[in-house]
Amino acid sequence: MAIEILKDKCIGCGLCFKSCPYDAFEFEPYDGNKLGKVAKVNAKCSFCNQCLTACKFGAIQEKKQDAAVDLSAYKHIWVFAEQRQGKIQNVALELIGEGKRLAKDISDDTQLCAVLIGNKIDHLAQECFEYGADKVYMVQDPLLENYTTDGYTKVMKQLIDEYKPEIVLYGATHIGRDFAPRIAARCNTGLTADCTHLDVKVSKYIEFAKANTTLDTSTLDPNDPSTGIKQTRPAFGGNLMATIICPKTRPQMSTVRPGVMQKQERVPGAKGEVVNVKPDIKASDIRIEIKDIVKSMKEMVSLTDAKIICSGGRGLGDASGFELIQKFADKVGGVVGSSRAAVDAGWIDHSHQVGQTGTTVKPEIYFACGISGAIQHLAGMQTSNCIVAINKDPDAPIMEIADYAIVGDLYKVIPEIIAEWDNAEALYDATTK
Amino acid sequence: MAFKIIVCAKQVPDTNVIKINPKTGTLIRDGVPSILNHDDNNALEEALKIKDKYKDVTVTVISMGPPQATDLLFECIAKGADEGILVSDRAVGGSDTWATSNTLEAAIKKWEKENGPADLIFAGRQAIDGDTAQVGPQIAEKLDLPQVTYVEEFQIDDNLKDITVKRQLEDGYELIHIQTPCMLTAIKELNEPRYMNMKGIFGAKDIKVWNAKDIEVDLTKVGLEASPTNVFRSFTPAPKAPGQKVAGDTENEQAKNLLIQLKGKHII
Repeated sequence: MAIEILKDKCIGCGLCFKSCPYDAFEFEPYDGNKLGKVAKVNAKCSFCNQCLTACKFGAIQEKKQDAAVDLSAYKHIWVFAEQRQGKIQNVALELIGEGKRLAKDISDDTQLCAVLIGNKIDHLAQECFEYGADKVYMVQDPLLENYTTDGYTKVMKQLIDEYKPEIVLYGATHIGRDFAPRIAARCNTGLTADCTHLDVKVSKYIEFAKANTTLDTSTLDPNDPSTGIKQTRPAFGGNLMATIICPKTRPQMSTVRPGVMQKQERVPGAKGEVVNVKPDIKASDIRIEIKDIVKSMKEMVSLTDAKIICSGGRGLGDASGFELIQKFADKVGGVVGSSRAAVDAGWIDHSHQVGQTGTTVKPEIYFACGISGAIQHLAGMQTSNCIVAINKDPDAPIMEIADYAIVGDLYKVIPEIIAEWDNAEALYDATTK
Repeated sequence: MAFKIIVCAKQVPDTNVIKINPKTGTLIRDGVPSILNHDDNNALEEALKIKDKYKDVTVTVISMGPPQATDLLFECIAKGADEGILVSDRAVGGSDTWATSNTLEAAIKKWEKENGPADLIFAGRQAIDGDTAQVGPQIAEKLDLPQVTYVEEFQIDDNLKDITVKRQLEDGYELIHIQTPCMLTAIKELNEPRYMNMKGIFGAKDIKVWNAKDIEVDLTKVGLEASPTNVFRSFTPAPKAPGQKVAGDTENEQAKNLLIQLKGKHII
């Protein structure tokens, strides 16, 4: 949402210049004030709205959007309940939980509906109900056995046209990120990728912003009755957070990273309505052929479920450093993670990557070993319960957010932690005596 | 007839280098280099490999960005691409992914009008500044092409029609058969991009810059105002309360002190 400068209020002080991350302000001559100039936005503007609260004189305001067209025809929140080989993906259950919370915030009669697409998956509806879905749209056909872009997009478009959801949420998986943009383009609506926080009520957004951000919320009205989705995600490589809205089109759509949202407590025997929809699909609609689906032999790295993660970064120096990290993880019962830099260097497989473009994690303990803490990495691990950083550089950004920072050579420190790990209780007891 | 490949590429700031000024909360952009987006580099490499192997293959790089993004086209041509086209116009500024894909769709159609239909469109999976992975599939949708994203292995038959790819999944891969024309998006595992070569660096550069009028794009479908998504607010994440430095004159003391702390707080 672009801003505009009210020339009659601008005094030409340049206060707004400092608020802009993109150097997009400049002066233009103006006769109406003492300094003879007013601020002007140039082509560098990236429409981030950070300047909105910068002007003490009320000269910067949001440009108003055109009135929306029949948005009221769209109701209820949908979750694409992604299944593979008859198993619902964890992220879909997380989204059912989150979607249910959002539905309650919109209105009492807003439903959370799960969309199940596949073949011979009747049994999955019950699982959706038990995790909080009110309704399941069930679409089955042998052609939909496995995900294909063409097949699933055609069916989802058919559903959206017929039942008109207000919001559709997808897991940001390799399938969700292939599928959702294609639908957004076909429906000519907006899609926000890799969201880490969702709100519909302005009051709840204000609460979130106050607790977690530096955002000045003075321009937001907690009594604002609107319930358009506010989708917060890392932007600019995780250096900024942006909250994205989709005011003019429906449905509003988001993909959400696995591991970010909370599942609801499972309620065995919960009931809901199943709506069976006959898909309008034929073999020639699908223009690719899946010859095989191969589970890789490499060990599944379950970073999202790990209680302890031992991560290595550029500071390891070379690929062999991960042998020490693996030993460390084996000792403490943890899983090996890594920074993007270590993956880019080819030292370890990307499945270990923690960060904005890797996996989002929140373990009990996160050991960051030789990781400087680029913001894109921090975006994926900073909500860990306890962060321990081991780094030679006392000024590395990771040291600022760590609960415990050890300045030292990780090749010397980690072997000592491994050696003393089993003595922790005795060491602690000794200090209390 | 030539086999025509279009590579969609983006110039991005190297987001690994960017820092935040902790006092003002703003990005420090000084000295941050602009680079060819990583995944796009892999897309270009795969296109060039086809050109290396078969006769009569052309590789055209299309990008959208500010005027200085022609630097990226120089780089792509110096690696072996035949031509580069930059779509640059204030009218397309502020576009979200939907509006961006409308712009690139128009540019590709304009190119096809002059050169005939493209056989293969390659893009990177996602750009490191936005990380959305949306523009590739959205272009494919608008051009009504089949797509495969997250391509980690690529093989084309000598008939230049049948393609077999491995599409990366979180826990393995899919082996997919697809025919040209199609859209593929590349990830880093696909290949090792080449460097620029001397001949390319010093050779002639066929670079065009097109504006919105040149590509005959519907101006109600591009730019900030047309974009279905808008930034509502943006901010820097709140700084976390500082933790403590673990004391100790030797590594062993540091290790012991850490474990005492973790135990005392019932973390382990």
